[in-house]
Amino acid sequence: MIRIEPRENPSRAFAVGIPILSAVISLALAAIPLLAAGANPITAYGEMIRGVFGSVFALSEMLTRATPLIFTGLAAALAFRAKLWNIGAEGQLYLGAMAVVAIGSGYLDAPGFVLLPLIILLGAGAGAAGMMAPTYLKVRFGADEVVTTLLLNFIILIFLQMMLEGPLQDPMGLGWPQSAPVLDQGMLPPLMERMRVHSGLIIALVLAGIAQFMLARSVWGFKLRAVGENAAAARHAGINVNRSLFGVAAISGALAGLAGVSEVAGLKGYLTSDLSPGFGYTGIVVAMLAGLSPVGVVVAALFIASVFVGADSMSRAMGVSSFLADLVVSMSLLCVLVGGFLAKYRILRTKEVAS
Amino acid sequence: MMDLLNILLSESFWAASLRIATPLIFGVLGALICERAGILNLGIEGIFVVGAMCGWMAVWLGAGLWGGVLAAAAAGALFGLLHAVLTVPLGLSQHVSGLGITLFATSVSYFTYRTALPDVSSPPRIEPFRALDIPLLSDLPFLGPVLFQQTALTWLALLMVALVWYVMNRTALGVAIQAVGDNPDSVDAQGLSVYGLRIGAIVAGSALMALGGAFLTMSAFDAFFFGMVNGRGWVCIALVIFASWRPGKALFGALLFGAFDALQVRLQTEMGALVPGQVFLMAPYILSIIALVIAARSADYPRALLTPWFKGQR
Repeated sequence: MIRIEPRENPSRAFAVGIPILSAVISLALAAIPLLAAGANPITAYGEMIRGVFGSVFALSEMLTRATPLIFTGLAAALAFRAKLWNIGAEGQLYLGAMAVVAIGSGYLDAPGFVLLPLIILLGAGAGAAGMMAPTYLKVRFGADEVVTTLLLNFIILIFLQMMLEGPLQDPMGLGWPQSAPVLDQGMLPPLMERMRVHSGLIIALVLAGIAQFMLARSVWGFKLRAVGENAAAARHAGINVNRSLFGVAAISGALAGLAGVSEVAGLKGYLTSDLSPGFGYTGIVVAMLAGLSPVGVVVAALFIASVFVGADSMSRAMGVSSFLADLVVSMSLLCVLVGGFLAKYRILRTKEVAS
Repeated sequence: MMDLLNILLSESFWAASLRIATPLIFGVLGALICERAGILNLGIEGIFVVGAMCGWMAVWLGAGLWGGVLAAAAAGALFGLLHAVLTVPLGLSQHVSGLGITLFATSVSYFTYRTALPDVSSPPRIEPFRALDIPLLSDLPFLGPVLFQQTALTWLALLMVALVWYVMNRTALGVAIQAVGDNPDSVDAQGLSVYGLRIGAIVAGSALMALGGAFLTMSAFDAFFFGMVNGRGWVCIALVIFASWRPGKALFGALLFGAFDALQVRLQTEMGALVPGQVFLMAPYILSIIALVIAARSADYPRALLTPWFKGQR
C-alpha cells in the first residue's frame, strides 16, 4: 500500500529548491520536442543561452521581456494569496494600455512631470476598475471569478478592437487599427543608450519590494493572508473579508494595468491589439513558480523571460518553432505544482492499511 | 422589428443556432461529468484546442473522418488523465492544474502543428463532415433544414445528451459518480473506489470536450487556425453552472447560446451601419456572464466540488 502523509515541518529548502528544480526539469523535458522537431538539443540549449546572455543587447531584451511579467506575476500572486482567482490580468493589461493612449497620445499636452505620473495613475486605475466588476459579482452573487475574469478578457479584447477602429484610432495611421503614438514627454525613459530596456523595470522592482514588505510585515498583509488561508475564520476574527477582497482586487487589477502602461509607454509607444502575447496568462505561471512570493516573482519573471527570449533566438537560428517557449513555461507550471505536493506530503510505503 | 421576426422565423437561423451550439454541447457535457464527480476541469479550453488539432491532423494524415474523431477523443482523454492524476490522488489545486493543462495542451498543439507544417501560410484543408441528407426527413419543411441537414457530429452531440442523461440518472454508475462529487466518504464506505470513479469521470469528460474541438476543424471549418477555440471552453464552464449540472438543461443552455450567437451575426449585417460590429461580438460573452450571475445564487453545486479527498483521511 502507498500512504500519503503530511510532512510535519515543510522545510524552507523545499520552498526555494522546488521551483528551481521545476525550471530545470521543464527545460530538460524540452529536449523531447526539440528531438521531435529534428534539432540537436545541446546545440539548441547553447543557442538559447547565447540568445539571453550572449551580449548586452540580449540581456536588455530579456529584462525588457521580464518587465511586464513582473507586473502580471505580482497581480496574480497577491490575488491568489487571498484565494481571489484573478485570471483576468490579460484584459486588465489592455485596460491600462487603453488609458495610456486615451490621455497620452495628444489628448493632454502637458509637460512630462504632469503627464507621466497621470498616465501611470490612470493606467493603474483602469486595471483596478476592470477587477471591480468580477469581485462585486463574486461577493454579491457568488459568481465564480475564474469564469467572469476569463470571459472579461475576451470582452475587453473586442472592446479594444472597437476603440482602435474608433475613438482611439490614429488619424494619421492610414486606417490601421492602432492608436496614435504617446507624446515623447509621456514615455517612460529608457535605462540604457540604444537599448529597449526602460524604467518600467525600476517601477516593477520597487513595487515587488513594497509588496514583499506589506505582505510580510503590515496589518494589511496579515489580513490578506488570513482571508486566503481561511475566510470563515478571518470573518470570525473580525476581519472585514469583503473589504479585504475588494482591496486586493484593486491592487491586483492595478498591477496588471501597469503592465499595459509599461508596455505602451515604456516600449511600443503606441497601442495595437497584439500588444501582449499572453503576458496576463504567463503571469499566473510566474506567480506559481514564485510560490506567490513577490520577491520570488522577480526571479521567476527573469527565468520565464529568458525562456521566451532564448527560444526566440534559438528559433531564428535553428528553425524550431518558438512555441517551444510556451511548452517549457506550461511544463514548469505543472512541475512546480507536483513539486509543491512533494514538499507538503511524503509518500510512504506501508505493509498494511493503517486504520 | 419585422427584420428580427423574419430572422427568428427563418430556417437558416435555427440551423445555424444548432450548428454553433454543437461544440458547446460536447463541452458542457464534458464539464458536467467532471464537476458531478467533484472536479473542476479548467483544462477545457486547451482540450478543445488539442481536440481540434488532433482531429484535423489525423484526417490530414489520411485516417478518415471517424478516425479523426477517435484521435481527438483519445488526445482529450490523455490530457484529462493528466489533470486527473494531479487533482485526484495528488489532490492539487484544481484551478491551477486546470489552467496548467490548458496552457500545456495549447502549446503542445501549436508546437506540433508548426513543426509538422513549418512554412505554411494558408492552412491545409481537409474534406470535412458533410451535412447529412436523409431521404424524406431532410425535405420536411422547417424541421428538414434545421435538424436533418446537420452533420453527423451534431447528431453525435445530441445522442450524447441522451446518453449522459441516461447514465447519470438511470444507472448505478451515474449514481456513484454523483455521490463521489457530493460525499466521497460515503462512496468509500460502500467499498467503491473514489479515485477510480473520479479519474474515470475526468477522462470521459475530457474526451467529450475534445470532440467539441474536433467539431470546429472537422465540421464547422475545414482547417486548423491558431486561436480558433477563442474562449468556447470558458463559455462551457459558465454554461454548466447555468445548466445546474443537468444534461437536459445543458442542451438548452448551449442552444440558447447558439441562438444568441446566430442572432448577433445576423443583426450585425442588418445594423452594421448603426452600431460597431464589435458590440455584437461581445454579446455572447456578456450573455455567459449574465447567465452565470443569474444561476450562481441558487446553484446547487456538487457539495464536494474543489475539495480533494485522500484515502484513509477523514
